[in-house]
Parts: sequence; structure tokens; C-alpha cells
Amino acid sequence: MTRFSFSSLLSNALTGNKNWELQWPDAQPKAEYDVVIVGAGGHGLGAAYYLAKEHGITNVAIIEKGWLGGGNTGRNTTIIRSNYLYDESAMLYEHAMKLWEGLSQELNYNVMFSQRGVMMLAHSVHDTQSFKRHIYSNRLNGIDNEWLTPEQAKEYCPPINIAKDARYPVVGAALQRRGGVARHDAVAWGYARGAAARGVDIIQNCPVTAIRRDASGKVIGVDTPRGFIKAKRVAVSAAGGTSVVMDTAGVRLPLESFPLQALVSEPVKPIFPCVVMSNSVHAYISQSDKGELVIGSGTDQYVSYSQRGGLPLIEHTVAAICEVFPIFTRMRMLRKWAGIVDVTPDRSPIIGKTPVPGLYVNCGWGTGGFKATPGSAHVFAHTIARDEPHPVNAPFTLERFTTGRLIDEAAAAAVAH
Amino acid sequence: MLLIRCPYCEAERPELEFTYAGEAHIARPADPSKLNDDEWKTHLFIRSNPRGTHFERWRHQHGCGRFFNAVRDTVSDKFAMTYKAGLPRPTETELEKARS
Repeated sequence: MTRFSFSSLLSNALTGNKNWELQWPDAQPKAEYDVVIVGAGGHGLGAAYYLAKEHGITNVAIIEKGWLGGGNTGRNTTIIRSNYLYDESAMLYEHAMKLWEGLSQELNYNVMFSQRGVMMLAHSVHDTQSFKRHIYSNRLNGIDNEWLTPEQAKEYCPPINIAKDARYPVVGAALQRRGGVARHDAVAWGYARGAAARGVDIIQNCPVTAIRRDASGKVIGVDTPRGFIKAKRVAVSAAGGTSVVMDTAGVRLPLESFPLQALVSEPVKPIFPCVVMSNSVHAYISQSDKGELVIGSGTDQYVSYSQRGGLPLIEHTVAAICEVFPIFTRMRMLRKWAGIVDVTPDRSPIIGKTPVPGLYVNCGWGTGGFKATPGSAHVFAHTIARDEPHPVNAPFTLERFTTGRLIDEAAAAAVAH
Repeated sequence: MLLIRCPYCEAERPELEFTYAGEAHIARPADPSKLNDDEWKTHLFIRSNPRGTHFERWRHQHGCGRFFNAVRDTVSDKFAMTYKAGLPRPTETELEKARS
């Protein structure tokens, strides 16, 4: 595969960009693989990439029901941050943040990672105390996070309304300067290209209908409409569809699937310099490089696989945005959509082994999986290759729901993921 | 916007009047002290999360305030039927009838 460089860009430009090779072939399934990964989102593609690159396992297939990166990888609001409260989560998301910082170079593919800062607005005494607790906890873990006064927040992000008589006045903000956004599609494409170049097969439009086990209980492969594919190990990374896939192997997980919606406005000139989240008012916003305002909030309240979600939630989200940013009240919205997110009872992911030998799972990322993509993929590949977790994902086991060692990030953190 | 029929008010009302209250027909163990950790995990955390027919609880929060059960398809979000709390899970024949 040709590396992207100034000279390759120049020579292709001079020949009318007609000679670029395919970035990854659309592979047909072979009879047998060492590892089959279910789900070609960022996490699955990344795991395949690290399996090939760091563990020398290249006889790998990624099997995807739809198209590569077409699930939650292509549906999220691309926010990246690592300012989590608990040590376990902080280590996991910071592991990802460090990989994000070198990812474009690592993949030789521009993922447009932009550390423009993620700011969380505080509107009450409770918010202030909670955010300051986060800031101190983050600093102890070596993660940057700082407290801003309303004036400093306004200076960093001028469109914020800091009027004292606002319905939800801004009393301060927590800012992680290393946080930001990345181009979500490019992350999937970069990993796909890197994995395919090392011999990984990417098989699209091929749903896994069942995971098959032998009499001893060990995994032997997966059933698909294109036939049975034998595999020594199967790793499921299927986000909202994880429960359904894992059920076929007889493994029931503590997951429920909810629609998480997002919307974008018409594109406008650069106006919004960073990412702003307001958990009390309940919305978050940033501006994409195309100029659209990218807006999101929480999940719909009911379990669903519809990838649509309801309009009341959009109304609630937009009302919150107009409250904090009156400047956007006349902005027209272009599109809205939903992704199906798999949520665990403690709102922390499950990355690790399962009771079935040879079966691994990376799921439960809920509403915050994109930011963890490189870190999650990296530790998941380690878990699959060595049959034991990486120290970073060791606490994120399935057993924690039996032992009670939960990582209760949502309840204690008061953050929108 | 979902339209949900409250079986107590006997009327269809918009989703905004209701709050979702999780999967239905999960009974608390009769003798909790007999359960081991794994059985507690199943009771507390494992849900069916099906792609298809789902039995669930809703509450008519901004109406009569009562909890009731509903059967909904999680792919189309279409309700098959709703019924009062305490009634047994509808059989497949009853569901077929309600859907037609």
C-alpha cells in the first residue's frame, strides 16, 4: 500500500488523481481464521489493526452486518475527552487520549484530531462542587482539567451567554484543553486501511447470525449467510447489537440498547471554537470542519433498535442549546439521526473474556464509546491475543456485576457521556 | 412521538405524558437470602433486551400516575397492546389478536 506523503499527493495530483489504489479490498470470507471480530466499527477495526501490528496475528476477519463504520462510529458527535472521575475510567480514557495524540502519524491517515478543548458548564453549587472534585481527581491522575470563572469561559468560547439573570446562569466551567474532536469516519477508514494492509480481511454486508460452540463449550466459529466461518477465537464488538449476537452463544449480558440521537445545523462560517457541554441544561455542541453545529444530548428513555429515536428528545435538546446560546435561536437544523447504544447498569464498559472459552467481548460503551476508540481497541487486541486482560481493562470485567465491584461512573460523576 | 394507550385512563396520549420504567414481569425473589451472588446478578442486572417483542413497564406520570405494562416491538417501536399492572404476560395468541 502506498503511504500518503507530500510526494504521493503531488504525483497523484499531476496525474489527475486517477491512479489512487483501493484503500482496502472488499474481502470474501475464507474457510478459517485465527480470530473473527464481529462488527467493523472503530473499536473492531482498531482491535484488528493492533492484533496485526502489535501481536503478529494477521489471519483475522472483521465481519460487518452493514457497511464499515456505518453504526455508532458514523453516528456519534465525535467528542474526545478523558476527564473521568474514577481511577479505572481515568486510566482507560487517558490511555485512549494518548493514542489519539499520535494516531494520524501512527496510521499515516489524517483523522483530523483537533484538541480544541472540551468545556463543561457549571450552573449551580452542586455542579461547581462536582466539577471541582473531578478537576482534583483528574490532576491526581495526571490528566489536565482546570476551573474557569464565567468571564474566562466567555473568553475561551465567546458565544456563551453568561448573563446573571439567565434561567440557568453560568457560574463557572471545567476545561480540558487536551480534549476535542476528530473526524469519526476517518478513524474507521484509517484503521481499516492499516488493518487491510497487514492482511486482515474486512467482510461487509454479512451479518453474523450465530456464534457456534462445540460440545465442550468452546467457540468454533460463526454462522453467516455466506456460510459457516471457522474461527479459533471470536471477539464481539457490536455495540447496540451485542446482546443479540451474544445470546446466540448462550451468554447473557447486563446490557440494554437505547437510541442516542444527534443533529446538525446548516453549515455556517466558523463561530464555535471548542466543545461545550452543559449537563444541567442537558446538551452539548461543537462545530464540525464543514461548518455544521453538531448537537446531542441523552438517550431516549425506552429500549429500542430503531436507529431513529423520538422528536420530544430533539425538542428538549434544542431548547437547552437556545437557553445557553441565544445566538443560535434562528439556526436551522438539517438532519437528525440515532445510533443504538448498549448501556450497562454502572455506565462503564465491559472489555474482556466471557464464560465461554475463546469468546471475547467489548461492549457497554453506552453513550461515550467514540472517545475511547484507540484505547479500547488497543486493550481489546491485547486481551484477545494473550487471553488475559491488559492492566488498563482488567477492572472492566463481566464478573464485576457478580462481585459487586462496579465502576459506577454515571451516578458519581454527574457527566453526560 | 409515540402514542401510548393508558389502560386505566382508557385513552391514547402522547409519549410526553409517560415515563418508561424498564422491563416488565421481573419478580423479586420470594426468598432473597437463598440467592447466591450469581443469581442476584441475574435478578438485578440481566435483562432480555430483545430485538423484537418487548414487555415493559410505563408510568402515566402526567396523567393518572399509575404504572402499567405494555408490549412493544423494539425495531418498529410500535405498541401491540397495553394492560394493567398485575395482569399476567399476554400469550402469543392474545398478542396476535391485538396486532391485527
